[in-house]
Amino acid sequence: MKSAMDVVRLARHPKRPTSRDFIDYLLRDFVELHGDRRFADDPAIIGGIGFFDSIAVTILGHQKGRNVKENIRRHFGMAHPEGYRKALRLMKQAERFGRPVITLIDTPGAYPGIGAEERGQAEAIATNLYEMSGLRVPIIALVTGEGGSGGALGIGVADRVFMLANAIYSVISPEGCASILWKDAAKAPAAAEALRLRAVDLKELEVIDGIIAEPGEGAHEHPGETMGHARKAIASALNELLVLDAEILVQRRYDKFRRMGVFSLDDGFSGLI
Amino acid sequence: MLNRLFVQCAQCQTTHYIQFFKSAHYVCSRCGHHARLDPPHWIRQLCDRGTFHSLFTNLKSLDPLDFPQYREKLDAAVQKASGWEAVVTGHAEIGGVKAALAIMDPGFIMASMGSVVGEKIARLLEYAAGHRLPVVMVISSGGARMQEGILSLMQMAKTAAAVRLLHGKRQPLVTVLSDPTTGGVTASFAMLGDVSIAETGALIGFAGPRVIQQTIGQKLPPGFQTAEFLLEKGMLDIVVARRNLRATLISVLKIHQSRPYPVRGSGNE
Ligand SMILES: [Zn+2]
Repeated sequence: MKSAMDVVRLARHPKRPTSRDFIDYLLRDFVELHGDRRFADDPAIIGGIGFFDSIAVTILGHQKGRNVKENIRRHFGMAHPEGYRKALRLMKQAERFGRPVITLIDTPGAYPGIGAEERGQAEAIATNLYEMSGLRVPIIALVTGEGGSGGALGIGVADRVFMLANAIYSVISPEGCASILWKDAAKAPAAAEALRLRAVDLKELEVIDGIIAEPGEGAHEHPGETMGHARKAIASALNELLVLDAEILVQRRYDKFRRMGVFSLDDGFSGLI
Repeated sequence: MLNRLFVQCAQCQTTHYIQFFKSAHYVCSRCGHHARLDPPHWIRQLCDRGTFHSLFTNLKSLDPLDFPQYREKLDAAVQKASGWEAVVTGHAEIGGVKAALAIMDPGFIMASMGSVVGEKIARLLEYAAGHRLPVVMVISSGGARMQEGILSLMQMAKTAAAVRLLHGKRQPLVTVLSDPTTGGVTASFAMLGDVSIAETGALIGFAGPRVIQQTIGQKLPPGFQTAEFLLEKGMLDIVVARRNLRATLISVLKIHQSRPYPVRGSGNE
């Protein structure tokens, strides 16, 4: 079995298929749509409409670059508030026209910068969580690479959440965790183990619904086969979700996230409040 | 720290006689710095005397990931805190208006949000929706509780979704952001207030200032991520000094008490 840090490296592999690769593989007649109608078009979020089999869908995701130059332009897939607002605009548009939504998660996290804070990074993510929890069309999320914290969850409140076998999903990067915990980013491998950020861990913690197999060394070596597995998972999830009444869909989505968390109920409490 | 005779301002280091400091609402008379308060102090500041009743006190954190040193951290926090977790929840009257109340405790692992904080916030919102009560949240937080890994991240989705239930019953969420409010708490229920109030000078943001500085490699502008900065950028409704907070809350709560126009299907007929 691979170590957690091995998986982190695979999740960040520069040759790993990006959201654009998934979109081109999964959708026919894809039309890319741009902008949040408030401030700008965020190149770190890609989105649009097209056909998945015969079903019209809205698809959106974090977009990393395929090379250094493109990565700089796309902020390494780290979205600004306008990226989350663009995602929300596309999701509300999908709701208006009754299209299911597919989201592709692959980001180190939301962009930490002056402009991002000025324009309300926290508000943008919070609003997406709120709105996604009530969206009256099916949402399927696929963590394809890095699921980095609130920046990932900001497009991740879905009826079905899948992870690629070598993807990660975590509240903090292993480097960030190690430097807070042990004041030493070089201890990232230990932090990666402790955080339990692999797909198998999340399945065990009942945070995700399924794992998409990656053949051989991983998606970077077998992109077509991996994306084929993803297509099957999305197709069967859509089959299950599209027959549901919107009320039931939204209620089940609420219940799904409402259940997450581990705690005990202890009647022996004797403190002040 | 407030049980001694004298107390020092955390910002300008001026020493204050505790009785004077207390009567000044724990605000430094020299530099105006608002000292961080624990939940019992907040209850005395905001609630009508003797009206606070706690809810969900029996929720206790576990260590689901078997994370290094987490149990020890929790034990140490419980020893010095007034409750079992980083948020106290309950109901109270504020200026005679009954409200559901959540107060976060920055003394408890930086009021970070793990499963229990998320669960108590969600339960409080559901309770308020069920009883048709407005919700007041006094928020401070260092962000997500990384020792609970992905489970702490999911509390963001859980709490944000629960705010919808409150709105379904046409009840408001009134947030009071105090110093510091950052990370995953800001990016979930803290930024979903129908009326967002912040205390003078509070640090409020998503990413921490150090992370931003490291990323962009330049100095941050003065006053960046303060309550006043957020107000200017349009991210808050009101910035208040602590002495005016209770009166502001009472006005907001009273206005929301008025009988709403009966929109069909609003759940409030
Ligand atoms: Zn001072």
